[in-house]
Amino acid sequence: MTVGLTSYLTVAAILFTIGVFGIFINRKNVIVILMSIELILLAVNINLVAFSVYLHQVTGQIFAMFVLTVAAAEAAVGLAILVTFFRNRGDIAVDDASMMKG
Amino acid sequence: MDLQAVAFGVLAVVSIAAAVLVISARNPVHSVLFLILTFFSAAGLFVLLGAEFLAMLLVVVYVGAVAVLFLFVVMMLDVDFAQLRQGVARYLPFGLVVAALLLFEMIVVSVAVATKGAAGGSTGPISGAGGVTNAEAIGRVLYTQYAYWFEAAGLVLLIAMIGAIVLTLHHRPHIRRQNVSRQVARNRSTGMEVVQIKSGEGVSE
Repeated sequence: MTVGLTSYLTVAAILFTIGVFGIFINRKNVIVILMSIELILLAVNINLVAFSVYLHQVTGQIFAMFVLTVAAAEAAVGLAILVTFFRNRGDIAVDDASMMKG
Repeated sequence: MDLQAVAFGVLAVVSIAAAVLVISARNPVHSVLFLILTFFSAAGLFVLLGAEFLAMLLVVVYVGAVAVLFLFVVMMLDVDFAQLRQGVARYLPFGLVVAALLLFEMIVVSVAVATKGAAGGSTGPISGAGGVTNAEAIGRVLYTQYAYWFEAAGLVLLIAMIGAIVLTLHHRPHIRRQNVSRQVARNRSTGMEVVQIKSGEGVSE
């Protein structure tokens, strides 16, 4: 077995699917939802880097860096919102959080 | 089977297994620790691909900052996580169907792209790239062609930092704080009071 582009893309696809599945089955637990989003962004990064290496262009790695930046910002703001939410309501069950419903 | 294939297999299996445990672990602290393991294995995959700079960035940013942030929040909040896991069985069949379809589609597209599509003419991964290290290659492009994007990324981080601080900072009432300007502006007439006390009665606060 040789390790080619397809192998890396398959691993990324599996990680992406696990992330989406994690959002599906942990609808209440917002911490696990945030971690699933991190998994999805990691899968995207693996795709970008794999294509960057196999197409001999460094641009994909630059984009992976930007994705990393946005992921870090998203985690920080998401967890800050989570802390505020917990302070207001006393728990983090997000499925019945409809305070701002139109 | 060469060493590279063995390393790829080990890293891929570990990262996928850890990712499954992230979403299925009962204890969210374990979830965060498995997330760290996933990112670490992904960094290993990046090294295998020859993207060392991004691998180190992944370890520093994710394992060093994001995962520790998650750990802090999980440990700070007093949440009944067993109660949050209710309803998992309800979403399981539908989630499995969607996940299976998604995986099938993405793998078909990946194979098509990698063999016949945009990357079909690829001659294999970069090897050495003419004596330029990975970090140098990134730096040469990042600070020239993508300089504005780089600064925009910095702006995104700054705004995220301000947003996180604004969201979590809250002033509690009834807490005495130091007010420097009031302390400095205090003088003899405002800071001291002469009270006439009748003899034998004392002072009651």
